[in-house]
Amino acid sequence: METLNLLAAGPELILAAGAIILLMFGVFTKGESAAVTTLWLAVGVLVLAGIFAYAQTGDTEYAFGGVFVSDGVSRFANVFMFFGSAVVLILSRDYMIRAKSMLFEFPVLVLFAVLGMAMMVSSADLISLYVGLELQSLSLYVLAAFRRDSTRSTEAGLKYFVLGALSSGLLLYGSSFVYGYAGSTEFVAIAERLKDGDAGVGFLIGLALVIAGLAFKISAAPFHMWTPDVYEGAPTPITAFFATAPKVAASVLLVRVLYGAFGEVADHWWQIIWFLSAASMLVGGVAAIGQTDIKRLMAYSSIGHMGFAMLGLAAGTAKGAESVLIYLAIYLVMNIGVFAFILSMRRDGVHVTKIDDLAGLWKADGLSTFCLGVLMFSLAGIPPLAGFWAKFYVFQAAVDAGLIWLLIVAVAGTVISCFYYLRIVKIMVFDDPADAFDGPMLIENRLTLFGSAVLVFIFVVGGLGVPEMAAEAASVFAK
Amino acid sequence: MTDESFLLNLVLWLPAVWGLVLLFMRGDDEPERKLARRMSLGMTAFVFVLSVIVFMGFDSDTADFQYVTEVPWLGPMEYKIGVDGISILFVMLTTMIMPLVILASWKVEKRVREYFAAFLILETLMIGVFVSLDLFLFYLFFEAGLIPMFLIIGIWGGQRRIYASFKFFLYTLLGSVLMLIAMLWLVIEAGTSDIVDLLNYTVASEPITVLGFDIAGGAQTLCWLAFFSSFAVKMPMWPVHTWLPDAHVEAPTAGSVVLAAILLKLGGYGFIRFNLPMFPIASHHLADFVFFLSVVAIIYTSLVALMQEDIKKLIAYSSVAHMGFVTMGIFAANQQGVDGAIFQMISHGFISGALFLCVGVIYDRMHTREIKFYGGLVTRMPVFASIFLLFTMGNVGLPGTSGFVGEFLTMMGAFKANTYAAFFAATGVILSAGYALWLYRRVVFGTIENPALENIEDMSKREIGIMIPLIAATLFFGIYANAAIDVFSPSVENLLDGYYAAVGTPESIVIAAGEGAPAPASSH
Repeated sequence: METLNLLAAGPELILAAGAIILLMFGVFTKGESAAVTTLWLAVGVLVLAGIFAYAQTGDTEYAFGGVFVSDGVSRFANVFMFFGSAVVLILSRDYMIRAKSMLFEFPVLVLFAVLGMAMMVSSADLISLYVGLELQSLSLYVLAAFRRDSTRSTEAGLKYFVLGALSSGLLLYGSSFVYGYAGSTEFVAIAERLKDGDAGVGFLIGLALVIAGLAFKISAAPFHMWTPDVYEGAPTPITAFFATAPKVAASVLLVRVLYGAFGEVADHWWQIIWFLSAASMLVGGVAAIGQTDIKRLMAYSSIGHMGFAMLGLAAGTAKGAESVLIYLAIYLVMNIGVFAFILSMRRDGVHVTKIDDLAGLWKADGLSTFCLGVLMFSLAGIPPLAGFWAKFYVFQAAVDAGLIWLLIVAVAGTVISCFYYLRIVKIMVFDDPADAFDGPMLIENRLTLFGSAVLVFIFVVGGLGVPEMAAEAASVFAK
Repeated sequence: MTDESFLLNLVLWLPAVWGLVLLFMRGDDEPERKLARRMSLGMTAFVFVLSVIVFMGFDSDTADFQYVTEVPWLGPMEYKIGVDGISILFVMLTTMIMPLVILASWKVEKRVREYFAAFLILETLMIGVFVSLDLFLFYLFFEAGLIPMFLIIGIWGGQRRIYASFKFFLYTLLGSVLMLIAMLWLVIEAGTSDIVDLLNYTVASEPITVLGFDIAGGAQTLCWLAFFSSFAVKMPMWPVHTWLPDAHVEAPTAGSVVLAAILLKLGGYGFIRFNLPMFPIASHHLADFVFFLSVVAIIYTSLVALMQEDIKKLIAYSSVAHMGFVTMGIFAANQQGVDGAIFQMISHGFISGALFLCVGVIYDRMHTREIKFYGGLVTRMPVFASIFLLFTMGNVGLPGTSGFVGEFLTMMGAFKANTYAAFFAATGVILSAGYALWLYRRVVFGTIENPALENIEDMSKREIGIMIPLIAATLFFGIYANAAIDVFSPSVENLLDGYYAAVGTPESIVIAAGEGAPAPASSH
């Protein structure tokens, strides 16, 4: 445990090395085409790291003297985050060129953010947790404000930064409490200290602050206020990025902290998660109804989905962790597909994001309408699509844990949120056509949209191996 | 999978496969439309033939599931399908109605390929509900059917189609998600999601306390209520029936036919397949509650039907009333009641489907469904008048039509279980005669006073062709009801044996239920 064990941190090292080399490459080259080359190289780095993560063996291994752990959970999250980010990078190329924002810093910052996420999901210590989280957050702040010439983008970046800094502060403050009462920052040691299930008041304050800090990162209500503004203001590819990998990373981190460090005192934290989950499901459902901008709508949608993911977390069992992982994987695939389409919504060369712009899409582009329709029904959780199975697994875990009242809230959340997904389908399919979008869709957007719709559709056949993978990953939490 | 069970899989999947092919076909000009129409008709007819072959090979002497296919699926679940005496007739009903529905949609000009694709996919999903032998597979089909129906109402519907489609979708979804939670609990408790095993599993019924209320029947009652919330909406029962008139009025003719003839039956099928045999003690406790709702549905919606000005809405409300007889029959929990409920559902499939087709016939010509607009059609449309008369009589429950058998049996069953319920339900028969005959008089009899009707054409050969199978079925089952009853009665008997084993013998139930009911009250 006290060794360096670099191999366990292989994917992260690939990312770190890749990011630094690409930074140098960017410094010594000039122009847009070089930036595009950087982007493709960054995609290559992500794919390489993804393959490495996928190929790692199933054992739990510690590195860097026990502050870093590589196990099933981190591998599961890594694979989805790396490949998801790679796809988002590919999708963003065209947008960034059009927005004249294709700078080499963009792919490099994404790489650093992903590195931070990989650190988060592998952290086994409060310090490494914080370092990973900050690396990710700082990169994301910059990315949100990436279009310097746009007021909204700058505003989004600033807003995100101020509130993000506050949440990091909360997290750090909570960590200090935990350290004070446990005498260690290592998760294993904290768990050992809590073995008798007896947590003092100071501990609980620390625990609550840590959860609040992390809830901010996954934009769970009532810590969700920043999400719609940042989603709307940030450049769309970056919004796509925000909605996918960082959500997975922060949720997995939450799983790791709650199960790894505080697993013994689940009695104390499940109520907090219960409330966060219920509030997110309802806020995500109700607030999205009135939205007219699809990016804002996706923001509320992600708030709602995080609520459903936490439904599994509130169960406090290994099955719950498993269901959260499945949920996140499916959520990631669905969101990438939807954003692949949003990114291609252009009219007369201008990127549009109003929901009404989708009116009568079926006439202009039947296949995209079909795919987007599938994704919307899936996000709403209608069988037989993957989104239903995501809900199915978390509901199962929650039923198993006897969280009946939370499930009742979840039922309400499902039905309410269904309304606005249906509204999108209605606008696309029932309404009279608006002007067509600039066509044709880029091949990468089309393939991504189509690919994710197909995945969502055929999940029902055998789960595509995801449930098995998640079960294996979550076995580390089995008592 | 045996060769035989392969046949049932074909019946199940062929329509959807063909629907997907249609969806991805290119072009929307007249030749493609023609092809889409003909191929859809051909496919649904072929599926009907296949289902007849399945029926021929079906052994109606046993209550076992036949044509069973069992393949491992996601996690602990299985892809398991099969039919017993109860489900086979619903499968037959579906496969028989669908070609007629396609034929009735011949004149659709708007997004033709998508239209037929939606109906074909819907056919698979509906058959799937009836043949599923895995709880979650059942849920999958049950819920997925919302998507095509939502699109059918929303795209091809009338003026307020958007309101109606949303109402339909969200109403049904709410009930279904509650059921999903109960299903998850049940499966975790029983350790299997196989319906055949679950039917033999006894769910705990010790009383429990929720929020300070003592729940008699315990977990069974809670599960029963969750399943009930889903099926009652689907059925639909009073007071959660309000989505149905909207959906019916706004849906295109073919959509209304499918809705009335098949989709409403999913609720009743669910009651018979799940609520009654899986939670017998809860069913026993709550039977009076169901009787109450059924009787209110029968009387109240019949009265509402009397006052309607829209023909489709009137028939929609009459459907709610007829479904009241079904729920009453099911929870009477005796042979006549359950037999009658199943029979009533099948017969209502023919009759209400045909009535909606009749409305479609005049709507296609005049583009209005207002009763006031019509009058005196008999002078211009004698064939229509006679066919409409036959089905109006079927709707009223005239002896000789299949409508009579169902109503009679359910009332007989209910009489045994709860005399008051039967007494009040019987008034519904009179009321149904009232609204149905009054409708008929206002639309068909008299002289033509509206000049717009002076040149209205009688039914075409295609339209008559659609009606012939329905007329034949209505009369055949009205005269020789045993043809259907013999198929499902062994399964019903088996179901009731299990029910009595859980709650006591039928005699003791009759006595228990009859305690407060003076016997002579019903003799006149």
